[in-house]
Amino acid sequence: MSQPPLSDRWLGLRSWGLPGPFPHRVLTLLGRPELDLARDHKVLAIGAGRSYGDVGLNAGGIAIDSRLNDRLLGFDEATGILDCEAGVTLDTIVRVMLPRGWFPMVVPGTRFVTVGGMIANDVHGKNHHTAGSFGNHVVSLTLMSSDGAVVDCSRDHESARFRATIGGLGLTGLILSARVRLRRVVSAWMMARCRRFAGLDAFFELEREAADRYEYTVAWLDCPSAARGPVRGIHFAANHASTAQLGERPPAPPPGKPRWIPYGLPFSVVNAVSTRMLNQAYWLAHGPSEGLQPIYPFFWPLDGIAEWNRFYGARGFYQFQCVLPPEAEQAGLAELLRTCGDAGQGATLSVLKRFGTVAAEGLLSFPRPGSTFALDLPNLGERTRRLLAALEAIVLGVGGAVYPAKDANMSRALFERAFPGLDEFLSHRDAAFESSLWRRLFGTGP
Amino acid sequence: MSRRIVIVGATSRIAECCARLWAAQGAEFLLLGRDATRLEQVAADLRVRGGQCETRVFDAGCAPDVEGLVDGAYAWRDAIDLLLIAHGTMPPQERAQQDLGLARQVLEINGVSVCLIAEAFAGRMLARGAGTLAIIGSVAGDRGRQSNYLYGAAKGLVARYAEGLRHRLHGTGVSVVLIKPGPTETPMTVGADIGPVTLAQPEDVAHEIVRGIDAGRRTIYCPAKWRWIMALIRHVPERLFLRWRI
Repeated sequence: MSQPPLSDRWLGLRSWGLPGPFPHRVLTLLGRPELDLARDHKVLAIGAGRSYGDVGLNAGGIAIDSRLNDRLLGFDEATGILDCEAGVTLDTIVRVMLPRGWFPMVVPGTRFVTVGGMIANDVHGKNHHTAGSFGNHVVSLTLMSSDGAVVDCSRDHESARFRATIGGLGLTGLILSARVRLRRVVSAWMMARCRRFAGLDAFFELEREAADRYEYTVAWLDCPSAARGPVRGIHFAANHASTAQLGERPPAPPPGKPRWIPYGLPFSVVNAVSTRMLNQAYWLAHGPSEGLQPIYPFFWPLDGIAEWNRFYGARGFYQFQCVLPPEAEQAGLAELLRTCGDAGQGATLSVLKRFGTVAAEGLLSFPRPGSTFALDLPNLGERTRRLLAALEAIVLGVGGAVYPAKDANMSRALFERAFPGLDEFLSHRDAAFESSLWRRLFGTGP
Repeated sequence: MSRRIVIVGATSRIAECCARLWAAQGAEFLLLGRDATRLEQVAADLRVRGGQCETRVFDAGCAPDVEGLVDGAYAWRDAIDLLLIAHGTMPPQERAQQDLGLARQVLEINGVSVCLIAEAFAGRMLARGAGTLAIIGSVAGDRGRQSNYLYGAAKGLVARYAEGLRHRLHGTGVSVVLIKPGPTETPMTVGADIGPVTLAQPEDVAHEIVRGIDAGRRTIYCPAKWRWIMALIRHVPERLFLRWRI
């Protein structure tokens, strides 16, 4: 059923990290839209607004807000395949399906993202080494192009468009709905192990040792500590808890209520001193341990604080996430850490993980074998952008890639080198769809 | 025993969000609304969430067959635990000022049809001595304002009606809950000019409604702050109020 938009007005939109707001003509849709896109209109679907940089922005253009399209369309108990509209959030899926013993195959670091957004960015999680990324578990998706045509895409039908749309940054059309595979879990508890380490060698040893025994692994890195010697960190590894491990605990404890941060801190409380203190506190709080942990704080610790991006004040922050290929990961990481240390501007959350070898589905998918490293940098203007450029030069030098979902600074040269599927992708791109990131990289280009 | 719930205006966003919470508890629904396709979408979603659903097309706009609606509901289940009346319409008031036909619709759909549906169900619930009638009114019904008085008048009618019906049914086992949402981000308000207020999220409003009904509240302002805001607005002397363009 086609419907005209519910509303059509100019609004300021923000991304998760950038200061903004950026003006958009926002079309709020319900049901299958009647898109009447004049050729010069540039449109982009927007989801929950949790991308850090400008991949989810279309400043000065049209934003299609399909968050009201959030219906679960069907669930097949036999196959575990959930059919849902693109505006459904991961939070909804987890809240509805987890008490019944189902969990998504791959979850990113926040639950407050939409299915459409997870597909467009081919998001990954702590189980990349065993499960690949989100796109690997999308069975099919319904895509609407700017001419109004609606196509079901899957690995068997319209497979080229399917591969272009997964990780396709929202530029191949409007994702209306998708069928995604869930898995059985016995409870909402994780059996998690926590180990301290010092030095990158120790990190790689822990990753190697944990890869076969644990479905989920990730490490937190105390970036400022790299200036004083071998970088220290905490390595987390976990599996879904078994019934025997559960004992008397309730199988599905509900998520806690998020705590709020008062609106609009004028300045960032994140600086070199506070990040050193924060990292020290985090280190002290995570001694070696092994035990049961509820699923919500394990996967989504930051979702416990609503709008934590407000800590960074009015200027916001950048997140930098890259992947370095296996042959260069150790040396490359050491150089990234050295560069961060020299810049001395502090980094709160640095995360390190080794990706596995499961091939990503999408032509522009970010995940690939090697080590992925992410850190948040308060926006100090030119100084921070210089640091980002230096980090990107290292990534370019070793043949790595930067993650578009987090990016606000990547150069065209790096994008073209890092995403060899680009040429094929361009033949499936819908010319009416564009984002701020795309214009930054290519102008009004290809 | 799962709860038997009838929702009139089931495609309304607030009603749908309430229904999602009840579906998680395994409720049985009879969903009524104007648009068969959208009703079926809502029903599909509620089924995945654990509810059982049937849908019927019902239009509160053109001489609604209220007796037929009630007979149909009691043919569906012989007892109904909860009726939620949630349908409504809010065209821009300037249009209704110029078009008496539209003004009549605003008054009838939001006011008269709501009272008649509640009245018909009240009789059936009274016969059984159990049940809850939950009616979505609005903070707009608390005081007439130049910008939205036709809608507000209809919602005011509903408020006075609910008050009287509650008085009549007191002690019978049938309860009447009047829900007064503040401005909420729904398809009804998304294009409307609401003024300089922050729109509440329908999910949050629904949580307060479901909690309030379970707690046996008579009037539910949601978000709760609107109870105090409207108390203030109601008490502004008219001499001052007339000069205040809200």
